Amino acid sequence: MELWFTERHTPNVKFSIKVDHQLYSGNSEFQRIDVFDSKEFGRFLTLDGYMMLTEKDEFIYHEMITHVPMAVHPDPKNILVIGAGDGGVVRELTRYSSVENIDLVEIDELVVEVCKQYLPTTACRFDDPRVHVYYEDGVKFIRRCTDKYDVIIVDSTDPFGPGEGLFTKEFYGSCFNALHEDGIMVNQHESPFYTEDAAAMQRSHKRIVQSFPISKVYQAHIPTYPSGHWLFGFASKKYHPTNDYSGSKWNMLGIKTKYYNSRLHVGSFALPNYVEELLKDVE
Amino acid sequence: MYACKEGDKIIMPRNVHRSAINAIILTGAVPVYVNPDVNHQLGIALGMSVAQVEQAIKENPDAKAIMVNNPTYYGICSDLRRITELAHAHGMLVLVDEAHGTHFYFGEGFPVSAMAAGADIASASMHKSGGSLTQSSFLLMGKAINSDYMRQIVNLTQTTSASYLLLSSLDISRKRLALSGREIFAKTVEMAEYAREEINAIGGYYAFSRELINGDSIFDFDVSKLSVHTLPLGLAGIEVYDLLRDEYDIQIEFGDIGNILAYVSVGDRKRDIERLISAMAEIKRRFGKSGAGMLTQEYINPIVAETPRKAFYAEKRSLPLDEAAGNVCTEFVMCYPPGIPILAPGELITPEIIEYIKYAKEKGCQMTGTEDINIERLNVLI
Repeated sequence: MELWFTERHTPNVKFSIKVDHQLYSGNSEFQRIDVFDSKEFGRFLTLDGYMMLTEKDEFIYHEMITHVPMAVHPDPKNILVIGAGDGGVVRELTRYSSVENIDLVEIDELVVEVCKQYLPTTACRFDDPRVHVYYEDGVKFIRRCTDKYDVIIVDSTDPFGPGEGLFTKEFYGSCFNALHEDGIMVNQHESPFYTEDAAAMQRSHKRIVQSFPISKVYQAHIPTYPSGHWLFGFASKKYHPTNDYSGSKWNMLGIKTKYYNSRLHVGSFALPNYVEELLKDVE
Repeated sequence: MYACKEGDKIIMPRNVHRSAINAIILTGAVPVYVNPDVNHQLGIALGMSVAQVEQAIKENPDAKAIMVNNPTYYGICSDLRRITELAHAHGMLVLVDEAHGTHFYFGEGFPVSAMAAGADIASASMHKSGGSLTQSSFLLMGKAINSDYMRQIVNLTQTTSASYLLLSSLDISRKRLALSGREIFAKTVEMAEYAREEINAIGGYYAFSRELINGDSIFDFDVSKLSVHTLPLGLAGIEVYDLLRDEYDIQIEFGDIGNILAYVSVGDRKRDIERLISAMAEIKRRFGKSGAGMLTQEYINPIVAETPRKAFYAEKRSLPLDEAAGNVCTEFVMCYPPGIPILAPGELITPEIIEYIKYAKEKGCQMTGTEDINIERLNVLI
């Protein structure tokens, strides 16, 4: 028997992973949730058939979306995470002893339940006393926050489905309002490669540029996401991601990582020419 | 046109849709306007008060019919049962513009529908809250109406080439609402109530509702309407409307001088409502200012000098807007939407009205009705 998970990356491109067996399948109020085991990528989670994470490459995504803003901000204490029900971002955040509070806002409680049960690699720090989980729409949660957080990490799904509100201008504006005067927002910024993804990436960038004085983009290589070439948005009220960054200071924290390091931090903001052009087009 | 012939009187509120005054131009009926009560805080015209209707009946016992706009665009309802009883006691027909009340027939907990209140004729725009294609409506008739004569009347203005597309869309919508209208409108109301609560929590905005009910000119309120007063933010309704569209890609129904109206329907999802609320919070943060110096009045009582028909067909001349005061207008001036005339044919142009027109233009209202599409000149009686 051959059982394959297949995700359509474009109408003409498919990405498949051979499945060893399926561990979970269920529908929440918002989406379909599936967990599989595979030989090549280990356990993996999909929502509505879209790849969210695999055990083999999740460290790249979670380290890059977390450590970049945490290393730029001089004293991040109060952190808001939106989405991220798999727990990967929380896992990375809890490694910072300076962090006092982590609010996680996930719209879908079932995602957290399923991840706690099947994905202990990422959903391993929900019991940290600094972590507070709220099950509601991030768009709603953040509307009520003003001058509250040092760092906001938007670990969203895609700009369609339950997470689409997290790609809107009103949401980015609410994030700006919810941050302290030197706050930083980082978001999952889609991919520049395939046409449709690139258009979504540009839309998102345009709206962030309109909402924050500093808005940069950095990249990482994530094998199981469409094209493998993935971007993150770095939006900030005060700190520049590389000019205001001290690698040696972060190194002194002694946080052991598999992907992120201080040289790569600076390097990840150096983008290919075609990506720079796509971004410049909407700035 | 069923109820009145040339010279017949019809009692009606002045804040009607232009189509009602169009019918008066066509028939030559004489309107007896009942000026609506106005809520001065919100600047909006309300329903018809029973006492005013009673007085109009007493002063015009020969009137053939009473027209009621129920609910208004903002969701405000009059005491339709009492008005109907009064009218019938004096041998007058009751005509209801129920364009914004189609859902009263299919949902639960809404204000009384025209037919349930005993009215004689109601026009219900299925294409508004009912979900059929634009341009399709129902004309509802009570027992006292001769439907065969009505058909002849309808034929006076209607095309002989009926659109089967529109007819079938009416029937499909009717079926859908008859079978699942209760759930659909329960969901709509739930979303509208939620949005109201959240918008009021933002501060500055006032999403009004049943608390306005005063037993008379606001006899009831349609809670499916999401009407929001914006002036305390220093923003005209039309400015908030434009910002929602241009900055946040959200298209709402209309904005006027002091209010916006968002039409919540079965096509909306909770997450869309969250976006609307967040966008309004952002508009307050980014664009809000002091509410001082804002024009508040939505409705100015008109001074009627001539019947709409006579004024419309009379010899006229064109004057620049600034020089038009003191003359009798021969055309409509209105913001569209909502399409309620600021001036109707036969009404006196006052400095106050000219100021209002200029203000509405400056704030970006889309204005129509005049021969000069830029509304720099008005046609007046010679």
